Amino acid sequence: MSLTRLLAVARKEVLQIIRDTRSLAIVVVMPVTLMLLFGYGVNLDLKELPVYVCDQDGSQQSQDLLKRFQSTKYFEIVRVVDNVPAIEHALDSGEAKMGIVIPWNFSQRLSQGGSVQVQAIVDATDDNTANVLMGYAQGVVQGYSTGIQVAWLQAHGLTLQPVPINVATRTWYNEDLESSAFIIPGVLALVMSVIGAFLTSLTIAREWERGSMEQLISTPVTAMEIMLGKLAPYFVLGMIDVAVCAVLAIAWFHVPFRGSYMTLAFSSALFLVTVLSLGFFISVVAKSQLAASQIALIITFLPAFLLSGFLFSIEQMPVVLQGITYLFPARYYVTLLKKIFLKGTPAAMLTADLLPLAGFTVVLALVATRSFHKRLE
Amino acid sequence: MFGRLKQMLIKELIQVVRDKRTRFILIGPPVIQMLVFGYAATFEIHNVSTVMVDMDHSQESRELISRFTSSPYFNVQAQLNDANQAHNLIDQGKTTLALEIDAGFAQKLRKGETAPLQVIVDATNSNTALIASSYVSQIALGYAQQAQQQRIYSIAPQLIDQIPSVQLEQRPWYNPDLRSRWFFVPGVIGSLTTLLVITLTSFAVVREREIGTLEQIMVTPIRPVEFIVGKTLPFFLIGLFDALLIGIVGTFWFQIPFRGHIPVLLTGLVLFLICMLGMALLISTVSATQQQAMVTAFFVIMPTITFSGFGFPIRAMPHWMQLASYAIPLRYFLVVLRGTYLKGVGFDILWPQMAAMAGIGLFGMTVAILRFHKALD
Repeated sequence: MSLTRLLAVARKEVLQIIRDTRSLAIVVVMPVTLMLLFGYGVNLDLKELPVYVCDQDGSQQSQDLLKRFQSTKYFEIVRVVDNVPAIEHALDSGEAKMGIVIPWNFSQRLSQGGSVQVQAIVDATDDNTANVLMGYAQGVVQGYSTGIQVAWLQAHGLTLQPVPINVATRTWYNEDLESSAFIIPGVLALVMSVIGAFLTSLTIAREWERGSMEQLISTPVTAMEIMLGKLAPYFVLGMIDVAVCAVLAIAWFHVPFRGSYMTLAFSSALFLVTVLSLGFFISVVAKSQLAASQIALIITFLPAFLLSGFLFSIEQMPVVLQGITYLFPARYYVTLLKKIFLKGTPAAMLTADLLPLAGFTVVLALVATRSFHKRLE
Repeated sequence: MFGRLKQMLIKELIQVVRDKRTRFILIGPPVIQMLVFGYAATFEIHNVSTVMVDMDHSQESRELISRFTSSPYFNVQAQLNDANQAHNLIDQGKTTLALEIDAGFAQKLRKGETAPLQVIVDATNSNTALIASSYVSQIALGYAQQAQQQRIYSIAPQLIDQIPSVQLEQRPWYNPDLRSRWFFVPGVIGSLTTLLVITLTSFAVVREREIGTLEQIMVTPIRPVEFIVGKTLPFFLIGLFDALLIGIVGTFWFQIPFRGHIPVLLTGLVLFLICMLGMALLISTVSATQQQAMVTAFFVIMPTITFSGFGFPIRAMPHWMQLASYAIPLRYFLVVLRGTYLKGVGFDILWPQMAAMAGIGLFGMTVAILRFHKALD
């Protein structure tokens, strides 16, 4: 192996990246774009959801309850209707996400004593929104109910606390339950997948498609030199992107960073080598840009998006699929990212994720070298 | 004119179907992605791993714990005697939720005071944390109500039937079991169609230019319009085929209800395909190489899917993003998909979406054809 030849290949690759403005754009602009897209766009913190109300009682009490709904930031009572089919229609058309129906005997039942039901009809097409909505609605109704009970207990001279259990919830690592803190660290894995696998597999597949790879092979450059020379520039770019993303996450989106920068750099380097090797391997196998991009999408980007815990909790997946997630390096990297950013877990306690990731790195780098060697013969 | 168009169509279809790899790309990846998405994409919260720290060891604390063990939302892994142990498990990511019942819990309940229930939740995933803690509150409050009734009964048994309370009756419509799959699978049909149609079409057009066959075609008597129609019509058919394939696989495999009318869905699909083809043609006019096309397509597809409401509610986005989402055809198509699948609504409700797609499609196609004309001259 000669360093001069390796550098020559690397230099050629760098020139090629710099001259192809759009490739350069993807390397520079894409991380920022993805960061902004996910930072702003992927938000599950709902507020001011449109609510229709059908108050069949029209009493002081029912108005009080509705005022409580209106006063939370989660609901926005957009219309008061006088029949249930109107709510039905509003849910069908999407004008309302929820309809509250207060029965005609609401105040009467309350004054007699006993329990009375208020209906919340929720558009559950989006089950998550529905869940959150019903949770908030439950809270509002519960609060109202407690208020009534307090008055009633006092009126009957009972000295009891209105709610005998006080649930004190502490949310660790992400105290304000910000979606952005949960999602943004994982975006790094997406960026690495795109830079690593997607872009490299395309660049190298192009060489195969155009026949310039054979020209390269006919020179004294060895397989190892070609591979390292081609991947080195992308490695450097990838690491720069990690830095850019980390700075954006911390300075712009105010995601807490509680771990060590060294651990972040080290695990990112491992993951980057893994995806670069994978991208290289794909291009050797696929040899066409269309096939390479599709394969890269399916085995790197998609798992990083779906099977890594980036967005969807692995714990909630079917058991078989949970097993499959162990086969994708993105799983370990995303876990590491979340632990480094939010939990500040020290490096010594990260071995459970670092070791498998390192294992993938070694194996895939070997596979990539091997596969390329074979094709040369 | 029709003779030449027919020849062009035949040529394109042969080109697509002849190559084994391309044939695979048309069927394999879409189906795999559908299945992975269907299984992995879930915001449902079940069996959240939970540990209990019971320092009270009373009948009351055991009763409260049993409410959690019998709930499908929680998977109580261990009962510990030390809060620190629970904290460590959360730190290591081995459990998501810790519930602590302090010593004196039962005593406080019996005395009519408020007894605390400490909840610690790992909010690395803010969504899981939010929903899980709302389930915790519901269970704890259910228990609290029962405890309250017992207290009142022990003090003043004659009043027990008169305690006023308001209950919320939750009625999640369209998706009564709150299944994430019902929400995601129809959406995946839209997203995958976007991905496939845009990449396949723009790649095919750019490849002709890259390989130089575009010039060969231009010297034949074919007219530019015929070329454009001949080039896009096959991909319209392919898009239709793939959308139906994904739709049928997703619907039957995951048993998603289809409550609307097929003609409504097909109308939406055709309009949506026109929008996507226009987009793909536009991309191909600004790209000289397949790699450039891929990069450009990536920059178009990522925001499209993020802004469209595919997985993340549009209402939770910043205002400028909500405005931008109106320009995205997928936003409308998703409403049509979910409307026909889950809500079973028809043209009377979905016409604004159809009109918007028709408008965007017409505009996009016109611009694409004009630009294409120029590029060919």
